Amino acid sequence: MADAALSPMKGTGLDEAEQGRDMVLVDRVTKEFGRGEQAVTALDAVSVRILENEFFTLLGPSGCGKTTLLRLIAGFELPTRGQILLDGQEIGHLPPYKRPVNTVFQSYALFPHMTVSQNIRFGLEMLRKPDAEIEQTTRAMLSLVRMEALANRRTDQLSGGQQQRVALARALAPRPKVLLLDEPLSALDLKLRKDMQIELKRLQNETGITFVFVTHDQEEALTMSDRVAVMQAGNILQIGAPKEIYNRPAKRFVADFIGDINIIDATLGNVTGAKGQVTLPGGASLTAYLSDSSISQGAVSIAFRPENLRLVAPDDAAASVIGQIENVVYFGSGSNVHVRLENGTTVVVRTSDSIGALDARTGVEIPEEHVQVLVD
Amino acid sequence: MVDLSFRRRRMQDLRKQPGFDQIAIACMFVLYAPIVVLVVFSFNDNRSVVRWTEFSFRWYAAAFGNDGIRNATLVSFQVAAFATFFSVIFATMAALATTRTPAFRGQTAAYAIINQPLMVPEIVTAVATLSFFAILKRLTGVTGIGYLMVAHTVFCIPFAYMPIRARLEDMNLSLEQAAADLYATPLRVFWRVTLPLLLPGIFAGAMLAFVVSLDDVIITLLVAGPGETTLPIYILGQIRRGITPEINAVSTLLLGLTLIFVTLFFFLGRKRT
Repeated sequence: MADAALSPMKGTGLDEAEQGRDMVLVDRVTKEFGRGEQAVTALDAVSVRILENEFFTLLGPSGCGKTTLLRLIAGFELPTRGQILLDGQEIGHLPPYKRPVNTVFQSYALFPHMTVSQNIRFGLEMLRKPDAEIEQTTRAMLSLVRMEALANRRTDQLSGGQQQRVALARALAPRPKVLLLDEPLSALDLKLRKDMQIELKRLQNETGITFVFVTHDQEEALTMSDRVAVMQAGNILQIGAPKEIYNRPAKRFVADFIGDINIIDATLGNVTGAKGQVTLPGGASLTAYLSDSSISQGAVSIAFRPENLRLVAPDDAAASVIGQIENVVYFGSGSNVHVRLENGTTVVVRTSDSIGALDARTGVEIPEEHVQVLVD
Repeated sequence: MVDLSFRRRRMQDLRKQPGFDQIAIACMFVLYAPIVVLVVFSFNDNRSVVRWTEFSFRWYAAAFGNDGIRNATLVSFQVAAFATFFSVIFATMAALATTRTPAFRGQTAAYAIINQPLMVPEIVTAVATLSFFAILKRLTGVTGIGYLMVAHTVFCIPFAYMPIRARLEDMNLSLEQAAADLYATPLRVFWRVTLPLLLPGIFAGAMLAFVVSLDDVIITLLVAGPGETTLPIYILGQIRRGITPEINAVSTLLLGLTLIFVTLFFFLGRKRT
C-alpha cells in the first residue's frame, strides 16, 4: 500500500490521483459553547475536506466533537470561528432551511402526526416542488427503502428498523448534496444494525449522494466508510481510508481506539526516511514504520495487532520477544493468548493453532512490516 | 434482587401504616360529602335543603325557567369563551418564548411575572383591577362587558400557560430541527409541526382557562357592572336570601360541566407524543 508518511497528501488519506471534487470543506472551524470563563471548546480549529460521492465517517468517543461538527454542517449550530463551504459556497452562517443538506437524526425525529409518506413528502413540499414530482419522488423513495406496503401507516406503529428507513427516505427525498447521519444505527439491535450497515452502503451507491456519518462504533466506521476521520477532544487526529487507519495508526489514541492492539515500550535508534530501528524489550531489534517523521530517538511506544503475531518456540530464531503464557481466552474462531514478557508487559497473540500449556515459555514473532512507532 | 424486594416492602409498608386507611377515608369524606349532599338535595321534591321527601326534577325545571339564571349563564359563557380564546393565544406565545428560545437573562423573572396572578391574593388583583378600570372608564368614557372579559383573560393566562408549556417541554426539539432541516422556514415549522403537536396542550389549557373563568367570584364581583352578572355572582346573590334547592340544581349543573372539562383536560394531558 501507499506509504502514508511520505505521501504529499499526508494525513488526509487522499492520493493525488484519488482527489475528486470537494463537496464539504471545513476550514479551521472552532466552536465554543458558553462565554468567558465557562467557555468550552467543542471543536478546536478543525479542518476537513469531504469529496463528492464519498462515504465519510467522523469517528470518536462521546464528547470528541463529532456530533458538533455534523450539527455545524447542518446549521443547527453556528461556528465561533472558521468557514464551512458546501460545493464551493460558504454556508457557515445560513439557517438550516437554506442549506441543501439533510439529516438523519439519532432519534429519527419522524413527525408523529404524519403518515410514512407524509413524512417523506415533507421536504419536497417545503421546496414547493410540483405535485406530480412530489408523488413520483415519494413513491421512488418508498421503494428505495422498501416501505411501499407501509406508506399510510402512522410512524408510531413502526418498528425501530422501519422508522430508521423512513428517516432515511425522508432525508434523501429532496436529493440533498450531502446527507448527514448522526449515529443513526445506535438504537438498533446488533443483527438489524449489521443489515442496516449494508443497506446504507447500498443507498449511498445507488443515490451517489455524499454521506457524512457520525459514530462511536469503530467497527461500523471501518465497515462502511471510504474514509474515516478519528476525533478526540475537539481535534481530528487522523484522516484516512479504513485500512490505513487500522494498519497505520498515526497516534497512540487512534491505535488504541480502533480494534485490539498491543502497545509496548521500546527504544528508537537510527531513523531512515519513514522507518526506524527499534529495540524491543529483551534486546531483539527490528525496522518499524514511523507514524510521524518528527519522532525523535529514545523511548517510544510501538504498536502491533494481535492477529499479525505468531507463537514460535522460545529458541526459534524468528522469536522477537520471549515470555510466559499467562492466559488463554477462547472466542470461537480462535483464541487470544496473553504472553507475559520478562519486563512485565503483556502481549496478546491471536491464533487458531494449538497452544502451549499455561505458564509454558514461548516466543512471539512480531513481523516488522506490521509494527508502527506511535506519537503520543 | 435485594433492592427490588426492599422497595416492594417499603411500598407495602406505606399503605399498612396504622391509620392510613382512616385518614384517607376521612379526607375523602370531608372533600366529597358536602358535594354529595348538594347533589342529592337538588333532586328533592321540597323547599327544604335538609329534609328529604321525594325525588323530583322540579328545581331543574325551575332553574331553566328562571330568567335571572338564564341571563347569568349566558354572561358566564360569553366571558369564559372570550377569556379562554385570548388567554390561550397569549399563553401559547409565552410558552413558546420561554421554551423555544436560548436561555436569556431574566428568564426566571419572566416565569414569575407570567405566573403572578396565581400568587398575588386575588382580592388584591381585584381591587387593583377595579380602580384601574375606573380610571380607564373615566378617561375613555367606554363602558361595557369588555372590561370583565379582559380581567378574566388576564387571570386565565397562567392556567392556560401551564399545560401548554408542559407539552412543549415534553416535545422533542429535534422534530422542529428536522422540519427546519427539510427546508421549512420558522413560520412553516410552527404551522406544520409545532402547532399540530401542541394542540393537546392547547386544548388542555383552554379547558382549564374556561373552568377557572366560569368559577371566578372575587374579581368578577368587583369588576362586573350592572347587567354583567355571571352565574357564581347570581348564586351568591340568591344565597343571601336563603338557600333554595334551585341553587342546588344550578350548582349541580355547574359541577357536571366542570367535571366534563376536567376529565377532558386529564385525558388530553395524558396523551403523549
